Amino acid sequence: MKPNQTLEIIPLAALLERVGAERKRGARLVQICATALPGQFELTYSFDIADGLTSLRVHVPDSDPRVPSITPIYACAFLYENEMHDLFKIKVEGINVDFQGKLYNTTVKYAFGDTKPPAAKPPPAAATTPKAAAPVAAAAPVTAATPVTAAAPVTAAMPPN
Amino acid sequence: MARTIIPFGPQHPVLPEPIHLDLVVEDEKVIEARPSIGFVHRGLEKLVEKKDFSAFVYVAERICGICSFIHGQTYCQGIEAIMDIPVPPRAQYLRTVWGELSRVHSHLLWLGLMADGMGFESLFMHSWRVRERVLNIIEATTGGRVIFGSCKIGGVRRDIVGDAIKDTMAALDIIERETREITQVFIGDNSVKKRLRGVGVLSRQEALDLGCVGPVLRASGVSQDMRQQGYAAYPQLDMQVITRTEGDSYARCAVRCDELFQSLGLIRQALVEMPAGEIEVKVTGFPNGEVIMRTEQPRGEVVYCIKANGTKNLQRFRVRTPTFANLPAMLKLLQGCDLADVPVLVLTIDPCISCTER
Amino acid sequence: MPYFQMTRLALKWALTKPPTTQYPFEPRRAIAGSRGELIFKRDNCAYCTLCAKRCPTGAIEVDRAQKRFTLDRLRCISCACCVENCPRDSLSLSTGHGTPSTTMESYFCDQGVKA
Repeated sequence: MKPNQTLEIIPLAALLERVGAERKRGARLVQICATALPGQFELTYSFDIADGLTSLRVHVPDSDPRVPSITPIYACAFLYENEMHDLFKIKVEGINVDFQGKLYNTTVKYAFGDTKPPAAKPPPAAATTPKAAAPVAAAAPVTAATPVTAAAPVTAAMPPN
Repeated sequence: MARTIIPFGPQHPVLPEPIHLDLVVEDEKVIEARPSIGFVHRGLEKLVEKKDFSAFVYVAERICGICSFIHGQTYCQGIEAIMDIPVPPRAQYLRTVWGELSRVHSHLLWLGLMADGMGFESLFMHSWRVRERVLNIIEATTGGRVIFGSCKIGGVRRDIVGDAIKDTMAALDIIERETREITQVFIGDNSVKKRLRGVGVLSRQEALDLGCVGPVLRASGVSQDMRQQGYAAYPQLDMQVITRTEGDSYARCAVRCDELFQSLGLIRQALVEMPAGEIEVKVTGFPNGEVIMRTEQPRGEVVYCIKANGTKNLQRFRVRTPTFANLPAMLKLLQGCDLADVPVLVLTIDPCISCTER
Repeated sequence: MPYFQMTRLALKWALTKPPTTQYPFEPRRAIAGSRGELIFKRDNCAYCTLCAKRCPTGAIEVDRAQKRFTLDRLRCISCACCVENCPRDSLSLSTGHGTPSTTMESYFCDQGVKA
């Protein structure tokens, strides 16, 4: 049962305007989620009115991770934005209550903020089962992220039980 | 008047879990509270990159010990929404029963801690004595007292049949009688009223602006409960949202006490009306897509953002727990209060810091 | 009378038996179906390694060639996934907790007879 929700990707420049529109509608802020993707951060702001969830998504490049704060519109967002800064090293400008990185006391700073693309995994056991590997390489065009080719050699490489 | 900074926590007799607050105090009145969290931060959101999505249910359950079942249930519901898995009705009813048992044990735990925070140790002991009965029911039906381990993607792992239902109903009668004795003390006793009435008032507009959820919001007059959304078996059960209008600590306590009886009633109704049938469906394949799933934990609305990309590991898993949403309200309540009221106000939002910090 | 609500409760419990189990004079009442320690029975085991694959924490290691079953008791969360998936019923969960160990070893290792 998929709950009633919408997702919209908006440019960073339109963020404050759209958040203001949500406030005018009377929606409340539900959560702000930051994800570290290769080369960029993806921020999802969710708003809820009468049990329908609206999500706005912006992308921030990791070379310049600056986002304007929405605390002038929703005052309670300061905790989410401080958390984003402490875990992901996203610079949020203009938070009304700024803890300056002291909110989260972790040994490793900015623990989740790794935006390097994952290293391509080499197909396992390709040397021991040459017969299985050859038809697979011929059949499926191989790209760097290979869930498809990784599946086939694994079953062949299992020692006969 | 000179200002002093008093550190409160992370280890303090009234705190159930470690949170650090630097209280800026001016002659017994708290001017400001500065929070510092991270003592129980386990980085569980990153663990999703290593664990299989079906084994991750066990990690999701262990985010918190008090609200553990509903964490597992929300995770399963999220993955089932992404993969379009039809959960059988009997499993939905069983999840509802265990979810409400989880709520009863959480509210009884909180009642004890609230009493202990005020110095009322005997009520703390009595409340946890009644909670032991609830934990015995949970252990008999799921195998574990605190971490149930009974929810899985596609249904539940155990069933409650025949004699187990009869024994559970009998035990629920005893629990209801004993809970009534305890809540009568809590709601009716004059010393408790003096300590809680008028302390930490949150008006309706303030509660909405600060982004509160759960009993904190409902005690300020806003009728909002995620169970109305209609997940699990709630559409078939009669559930009314319990609200109060005063918005002070007494109202928050009263809402939770009333919710105790509401949950006991819901459990009875679900056990009687449970349809026969399967308790799980087989799940094959990997999830691909994203969903935001919300359910009602004992402390409020929990939001799970799950993003899957077709492999056995999820791409992103984010939990926004109710205590995280209630923290701004707590910080606002602490401004201007007496130093002796700090434990009462911290406990009145029912903080679950393991949930907050994952 | 609103001042004596608790006195009634306190008096009642002062005059009845304490609700706690008088351990160690009384044994703890075991609840059937409770998930405790993992028990391994060597007789039926075919070393198919299904339990090791399904274990969410990776606590079980099965060596097919050596016919060895190893369990890291500190990693085991008693979730019973291995019990459910074993096709030969050689695993079960007892209803009680295991006894504390007196050494630093947390591994339970069963070396079966090599064929």
